[in-house]
Amino acid sequence: MFQVRLHGRGGQGVVTAAEMLSIAGFSEGKHAQAFPSFGSERTGAPVVSFCRLDDKEIRRREPILEPDCLIVQDPTLFHALDVFQGLRPDGYVLINTTKDWHELGIADKVAHLPDHHVVGVNATALARKHVGRPVPNAALLGGFAAITGEIHLAAVETAIATKFSGAIADGNIAAARAAHAAALGEELTDA
Amino acid sequence: MLKQLEGSHAVAEAIALCRPEVICAYPISPQTHIVEHCGELVREGAMGSCEYMNVESEFAALSACIGSSACGARTYTATASQGLLYMAEAVYNASGLGLPIVMTVANRAIGAPINIWNDHTDSMSMRDAGWIQLFAETNQEALDLHIQAFRIAEQLSQPVMVCMDGFILTHAYERVDMPTQEQVDAFLPPYQPQQILDPANPYSIGAMVGPEAFTEVRYLAHEKQLQALDVIPAIAAEFEQIFGRSSGGLIREYRTDDAETIVVTLGSVAGTVKDVVDEMRDAGDRIGVVTIGSFRPFPTAELRAVLKAAKRVVVLEKSLAVGFGGVVANNIHMALHHTDIPVHTVVAGLGGRPITMPSLHKLFAEAQEDKLQDTQFLDLQHDIVNAELARQRALIGSGPTAESILRNIQADTAYGGASAQPAE
Repeated sequence: MFQVRLHGRGGQGVVTAAEMLSIAGFSEGKHAQAFPSFGSERTGAPVVSFCRLDDKEIRRREPILEPDCLIVQDPTLFHALDVFQGLRPDGYVLINTTKDWHELGIADKVAHLPDHHVVGVNATALARKHVGRPVPNAALLGGFAAITGEIHLAAVETAIATKFSGAIADGNIAAARAAHAAALGEELTDA
Repeated sequence: MLKQLEGSHAVAEAIALCRPEVICAYPISPQTHIVEHCGELVREGAMGSCEYMNVESEFAALSACIGSSACGARTYTATASQGLLYMAEAVYNASGLGLPIVMTVANRAIGAPINIWNDHTDSMSMRDAGWIQLFAETNQEALDLHIQAFRIAEQLSQPVMVCMDGFILTHAYERVDMPTQEQVDAFLPPYQPQQILDPANPYSIGAMVGPEAFTEVRYLAHEKQLQALDVIPAIAAEFEQIFGRSSGGLIREYRTDDAETIVVTLGSVAGTVKDVVDEMRDAGDRIGVVTIGSFRPFPTAELRAVLKAAKRVVVLEKSLAVGFGGVVANNIHMALHHTDIPVHTVVAGLGGRPITMPSLHKLFAEAQEDKLQDTQFLDLQHDIVNAELARQRALIGSGPTAESILRNIQADTAYGGASAQPAE
């Protein structure tokens, strides 16, 4: 089982991101379970959502205590709560940022993680460019596919097209592709 | 067809496949997504001529359901928490009149203190109202139970409440196998009412009944529920034949063979318990779990048959009979009253408190060592409680309890759960 915990703020599509991740997993034949942290969600307040991916039925309903991957949609949350709580020692961290780990104040928190497991992607800027709104959720799923290999970029595109339609879907898919390339250290010619 | 859906939408799609004729709806979290999506499906024409009624309250919702069901229409509604309490009088009327309404309860706590999260207090408050109460473990089962519920309700002319954990199921995206319209049509024939208000053939429904006949009418309601003990498994078996999967029924056993400890629970937490049971079995512990699918009628004989071989029974329930202990456990005690098997009540998950595998491991390990008390509260923070009790003893006019507890609790774990720390 691969467990993902997503952190962000109300309005950033944190819950939708987990749902799309589950749809992406499902589209590849996996069992997938996504659920929100069930808070009273308010714009700007910290929001947590969860997604489990597995090859067999997922039965447990507890919150994800020991994630294999963290997706942090808003790096200001590092000051608000212990985002890293329970992260597995071989886990992944994907952060929506242009700053380095020292600037974010998390260098000591990520130092023990394997190489290439902690990646920053400027998902907000990619969303602004491709979607016209600073909603980083779909773009980060492209980054997730790149750094973890748990799902393919095509599955992320399928999930985005399931949740959205028209120009919104197209823009988010473009942002996800660009984030996927950025997370791999590549440069898309049209990005 | 396999789909990745939110639980609420899966239920709404299943309702559409059941061809309801009237849906009366009033929104309340965490049920709202169900009736919203029903409304969308009606608007899109996916439910034929189904009439979707927006009403002004839950009392009105179920009252309108009573009217439409009495007129012979297949009728559906959904509610939760305070909404169920607000319709309480109509809940009793629907069953007392013998109207086969199907209602989802997206289980949520009851205030005060106000709390939107999941537990079973709402459904349990109506356990004696005469409705059949089915509890779903997964979204697949929630979907399946709604299809079965119309069959059960219409065969017995009694209302059925399908209970599914609010947020934990209603807001979870997971894989469901959505049946075809042909399958559902083969399983669920058009509604043929036992009674119908018809101007061409007028009679009244809802007579006043005095002491001379009230006991007999009520006894027949009880008798109907006892009949349901046969009807529910028969319909579940028929469902399995047509749909190719096992869903519903009175109880479900998991690794109970040779189990010394048997956990009894209901609802979605059963999945978490099964994962813990697997890990403990791997470590050599003889433990299993029984999930109650039908809480009303209560499958006393079926539970006794399974539990009588256990050395101890642990009832894990998301409800509390304040001033007594466990609601479900009380029923289990009744089932085992002629034995000397200890029944431990564990109240857990109140108001959405996560029920975690580490906590269950610790609990079940203590059970295996016969260290459980008769009644206990999972993850209760005794220091917080004791500090508040001491404060109340020391201060006249100590103020409201909930606000005081909140001041002493830090609920900002990374996973959104309560990780309480006593105030420094």
